[in-house]
Amino acid sequence: MRRPQRWRALCLLGALTTAALAAPPPAAFDALLALLAQRQHGHVSFTEVHTLAMLKEPLTSSGELFYEAPDHLEKRTLKPSPENLVLEHGELRMQRGHRTRVLELADYPAAAPFVESIRATLAGDRAALERYFDIDFEGDVEHWTLRLRPKDAAVAKSVADITLNGERAVIATVAIRQSDGDHSLITIGPEIGP
Amino acid sequence: MTVPARTGTVIFLVFALLAGVIAARARYTADLSAFLPRAPSAAQQVLVEQLREGPAARLIIAAIAGGTPATRASVSGALVAALRTNAAFASADNGDAQSVARDRDFLFRHRYVLSAAVTAEHFTVAGLHDAIGASLDALASPEGPLIKPLFAQDPTGELLGILDDLGPGRAPRASGGVWSSRDGSQALIVLQLRAAGSDNDAQRGACEAVRQAFFAARATLPAADRDSLTLTLSGAPVFAVAARTLIEGEVMRLSGLSAFLITLLLLFVYRSLSALVLGLVPVLGGALAGVAAVALGFGTVHGITLGFGVTLIGEAVDYSIYLFVQGGAAAHGLWRRNVWPTIRLGVLTSIVGFAALLPSDFQGLAQLGLYSIAGLSAAALITRFVLPAWIPGGLAIRDLRPPGEQLLRALEPLHRARALLLFVPLIAACVFYVHRGALLSHELAALSPVPLKDQQLDERLRADLGAPQVRFMVVAPANDRDTALLAAERLGERLTPLIDDGTIAGFDSASRYLPPASVQRARLAALPAPGELSARLAQAVAGLPVNAALLAPFITAVGEARAGGVLTRAELQGTSFASVTDALVVRSATGYSALLPVSAASGDLTEAAAARLRAAISAADAHAVLLDLTGETDRLYLSYLRQAIELSLAGFLAIVVLLLLVLRDLERVTRVLAPLALAVLAVAALLVGVGARLTILHLVGMLLIVAVGSNYALFFDRASHDPERGSVPLTLTSLLVANLATVLAFGVLAGSRVPMLADLGSAVAPGAFLALLFAAMLSAPSLRAPRAAAA
Repeated sequence: MRRPQRWRALCLLGALTTAALAAPPPAAFDALLALLAQRQHGHVSFTEVHTLAMLKEPLTSSGELFYEAPDHLEKRTLKPSPENLVLEHGELRMQRGHRTRVLELADYPAAAPFVESIRATLAGDRAALERYFDIDFEGDVEHWTLRLRPKDAAVAKSVADITLNGERAVIATVAIRQSDGDHSLITIGPEIGP
Repeated sequence: MTVPARTGTVIFLVFALLAGVIAARARYTADLSAFLPRAPSAAQQVLVEQLREGPAARLIIAAIAGGTPATRASVSGALVAALRTNAAFASADNGDAQSVARDRDFLFRHRYVLSAAVTAEHFTVAGLHDAIGASLDALASPEGPLIKPLFAQDPTGELLGILDDLGPGRAPRASGGVWSSRDGSQALIVLQLRAAGSDNDAQRGACEAVRQAFFAARATLPAADRDSLTLTLSGAPVFAVAARTLIEGEVMRLSGLSAFLITLLLLFVYRSLSALVLGLVPVLGGALAGVAAVALGFGTVHGITLGFGVTLIGEAVDYSIYLFVQGGAAAHGLWRRNVWPTIRLGVLTSIVGFAALLPSDFQGLAQLGLYSIAGLSAAALITRFVLPAWIPGGLAIRDLRPPGEQLLRALEPLHRARALLLFVPLIAACVFYVHRGALLSHELAALSPVPLKDQQLDERLRADLGAPQVRFMVVAPANDRDTALLAAERLGERLTPLIDDGTIAGFDSASRYLPPASVQRARLAALPAPGELSARLAQAVAGLPVNAALLAPFITAVGEARAGGVLTRAELQGTSFASVTDALVVRSATGYSALLPVSAASGDLTEAAAARLRAAISAADAHAVLLDLTGETDRLYLSYLRQAIELSLAGFLAIVVLLLLVLRDLERVTRVLAPLALAVLAVAALLVGVGARLTILHLVGMLLIVAVGSNYALFFDRASHDPERGSVPLTLTSLLVANLATVLAFGVLAGSRVPMLADLGSAVAPGAFLALLFAAMLSAPSLRAPRAAAA
């Protein structure tokens, strides 16, 4: 009953968000939001490269991302070892090896910005996005870069910023810079047909 | 059989003094022992120990509401700080960052003796390679940021493994840095008492200490914040204290009310203060005898028994009513000849009825039986042998002949309406048929003095804390603490696969926080010496993106673990694992017991899952048992219920036999019993009809309807069989007054907030009245013959 689970949940959320975040900012920002919001579902491949200062080489993993409007998000890592991360109806389920862990987001108020950012972005809700992040938008709808910096001090302690690159409603890369300098880059592949 | 008047008084005084001394020195209790079996089976013994000593019996949840999250958090912090220095509490936790960090540090520092993954294979070159590879996978996973700072010291991922084993427990929600309810409106604190669940005084002291600490913490706040903050306590110890307070209060209130009402009744009837005072002597003497008998027979007198004793007031007063009303002031000899034999038979039937309760496993019932037997016998004996000598020559009560004549005249129309009684069994049968699925209550909770509202609050708070009421528990007996830990460890090894295959959701075990010494030593022996580890590590990292040099802290940590030796209970002190461990390895009657609470996948275990679980348990430990706390409690109640039915029937049968032996006339016996049987049927139908499920106490109440009601029926029998003995009108008056006194006493009981008392009262109060009414309706025609009326 006294499980040190809270800090684990924060980490999970951080990673989930950064993996699947598709959020945008100013005049062209509204147009982009509208474009993103039209999207009802998605199924893409991804490659993620983690660069950690203490390791000789970066860690590479790959798998698939699923999205179903308005609140189902799934990151399925296939290599090098299977892992499944599902966000649905405010519940986060993580499966690795034979163990499954379930966390209810309502229990972790500090994590709300991440979750709200996903929901808000996918719903085209700019106000909600701005409640949790400082947003820099560069470029135009054709080629855009979105830089999100967490407003919450607890979140900012581990994540410095999240940078998304994309063309129109297609996200190309998501880069997460951690406060200690380690970083990861998720490159999104083309849409996988049904 | 005449006893000189003075001798009677002397004997009475000696016994009264003796009983007074015994009653004054008796131990009184109001804990849950009244509900526990006297001679428990093995499984019941474990259940009883759990209810008395188990972790749940020591847990208090404190909820602070009102104010802002910040003020709640500050009061929560101050409360915990104050209670941690109080020896009455084994632990006080509110989930503050410091204690969470302390727990985590403890797990990390002792990871090589705590981790089940530590084996010789784990530290071979291949084992290290695999373990480090898995940690690298985890580094790339969402948990990466969590394990990154620990990787150099723990590249084999022991901490994550330990946390995994600690299971899917859902951490409470936090608000303002401390645990809070799910909706965030209350700050929650978990307190573990040192005292056992049976130590009511310690529980009361602990509850008081929490309140004091709360008021002290609140007093430091600005006045504006102060008033809005409130404290709610929940949990078994709190309920026990509340139940005791309730029972104590109810006993006082009900006895007072009942004595007051009966005094009013008697004053109204007698119009004589002396008669009233004298009439109360058998009542007080009876109560004293009852308490003394229970104290001698059981060692402790339960508050519930005193509550039942309220009814004695209503019954014991009957005898003096028969004396004053039927005896008249001067004709003691006549009374002894005409009235006393009937009273004697009435007392005997009552005693036979109550005697049926004596063998009951349900201690509350057994005490009720003994209390009533002693009380009624004493009251009757005092009325017969002491009171007559005390009646002053000039005692005059109101002339009750005129109302008696009226009653006699009322008998005729009642008798004519007797055909209506045929409807009683008919209507009862219909009611029973309509409610056939819901006749009997099958849950012990039906008797619990804890209000449903409080039970629900407790469940909600527990759910918020991720500490639901434990239903399934594996109990393994052992000789000492370390053997108990070993049993827990062996059981854990068999239970873990059941989590993976979905049979159970999880379990808790003390051996996770404090593995048995032998297991710890085996783990330490599996750790290679620093030089050896260093050499193996150099080979193990081949093909991995890790420099062996990065892992120097790992080699140091393993070396320290080898040197650190075995973890003991003392080193858990200061972490929240200390109280958890103590709660899961408990002292028992036979030595120690390891407890492993098992959580079912969906609240309940399927039969197949329970079978797999039992198989796993018996494979691990031949002496361990799976205890279904809810099931066992319900089974216990069902055994009480079955016994109550059997004993009630036995009591009824014994009364029939007694009446047959004394009256030696089947027709008379039938005439005595018929109104009683009808009254029982009517009451049962009434209770079921208004939607009550019959509890044990309702059933016992039905036995009492027969035991008490037989007195009325016997007087009708005497009056019709032997009309020249005594005055029929006066007999009728005395019966009505005695009946009213009984109905008043049980009626007061029916209004009790203690369900056991209320159930008994609500069965006997209407039952006693109906017994009199039906007896009157079925009285023999000779009673109403002109000859009798003229007498």
